[in-house]
Amino acid sequence: MNKKTQLVLASLAAALVAAGCASAPSVAELNALTDKIVKASFRDESHVKVERITATDETNRVCSEADVAGQPLDEKTAKRIEEANLKAIKWPSDGKFIGDWKQGEAIAQSGRGLTWTDSATGVNGGNCYNCHQMDKKEISYGTIGPSLYNYGKIRGVSNPDDPASKAIVEYTWGKIWNAKAYNACSNMPRAGHMGILNETQVRHIVGLLLDPKSPVNQ
Amino acid sequence: MNKASSLAMAAVLALGTMPALAQKTASQGIDEYRAMLQDGNPAELFEAKGEDLWKKARGPKNASLEKCDLGKGPGVVKGAFVALPKYFADTQRMQDLESRLVTCMETLQGFNAADISKTAFGRGEMANVTALATWIAAESKGLKFNLSQEHSQEKTFYEVGKRLFFQRGGPHDFSCASCHGEEGKRIRLQDLPILTKNPGDGLGFAAWPAYRVSNGQMWSMQLRLNDCYRQQRFPYPGFASDATIALSTYLGVNAKGAASIAPAIKR
Repeated sequence: MNKKTQLVLASLAAALVAAGCASAPSVAELNALTDKIVKASFRDESHVKVERITATDETNRVCSEADVAGQPLDEKTAKRIEEANLKAIKWPSDGKFIGDWKQGEAIAQSGRGLTWTDSATGVNGGNCYNCHQMDKKEISYGTIGPSLYNYGKIRGVSNPDDPASKAIVEYTWGKIWNAKAYNACSNMPRAGHMGILNETQVRHIVGLLLDPKSPVNQ
Repeated sequence: MNKASSLAMAAVLALGTMPALAQKTASQGIDEYRAMLQDGNPAELFEAKGEDLWKKARGPKNASLEKCDLGKGPGVVKGAFVALPKYFADTQRMQDLESRLVTCMETLQGFNAADISKTAFGRGEMANVTALATWIAAESKGLKFNLSQEHSQEKTFYEVGKRLFFQRGGPHDFSCASCHGEEGKRIRLQDLPILTKNPGDGLGFAAWPAYRVSNGQMWSMQLRLNDCYRQQRFPYPGFASDATIALSTYLGVNAKGAASIAPAIKR
């Protein structure tokens, strides 16, 4: 396995010498070599299959390449990616956006699910507190994402069922379902789109963020 | 030791759930807990075991590893760790400390390298590789990382490693950079070193192998990367595969100038 990719590497180097290349391999060659090394280095473990990283979508591909180059996506590409992800959002089947914030809080606290040591049939968590502050009583929160404390209050949502709240309610659902619909290369997982959380769980998280009784808005 | 520290951990966790306490106080509690950990590192036991293993005649060929070339010449241990991964002309491969040790165990002692690579962390000869890596790393304590980028494969592996670092994938779209790409970030209360440049002495690449108090295990760099990939929801990276060695090359080159504190002790 190692031998194979290192042979690829050696032949790549030989080809470059033959072509009279004075220096390093091109970006395309390095990308191709990386793909080969990934295929040869990773294996399935439990329910976690290699396809998770070899069959990624355009969103991940272009964002990864932009990260390597240290350049943000050009505006046109970013817009295309956002539109495709926006189209992929599944809105609540019964039109109900707001769930039970108490259940939402439990989902937000849980970082479980989808690793090769997690059960394939277990209930996934939302991982929210790993990156966001949400409730001022919770001290153990991460800072990779912005603080969501008072999320609904700051946005003037005093009654999520009021038609005046509609835009914020829909945006909140959409952001949790597919964060890349609003920011092409967001660090935030696409919780609904990628099957991390189901529709009911997303509804509870929206409740946690927007229900005036939720600790987020205290 | 373990009991005392897990009690300390419990105390810290209890602090964390008390709503009246401010953020700073909880962080201070964690800092105090970490400072307490420094008082006696069980990694020393693994160091001693590693030194014995290096000198002892073992394996089908009944030989020691004392002629093993870790990149500084046969038998030279000091300084080897902070220059790895590097390109080795004899194997014509990029190798990190652990894959190089396995090569020496095969060529000098007659062990089967493929069998060792397939062994689970903490078991059989793999446990010996970790102990050897712990001792060899400790012999470079305080020295600064300075990986070679002379050979074309060293440069190519750095570039591949950079691509792996930024590779988004899995159900969560995470890459290594999701957690280690920005300064001053943390997951829950755990501070995250930035790994696109030198994060400082004894941080990131310069802190492993390390003893993990939470599970009472000695963790090598290969195991550290393996668990990062697990938490990323990625598939399983092969031990000493080209992917983990390329990623180590990227992290190691970026850590240039950082002093090693390995073997460290972690929560």
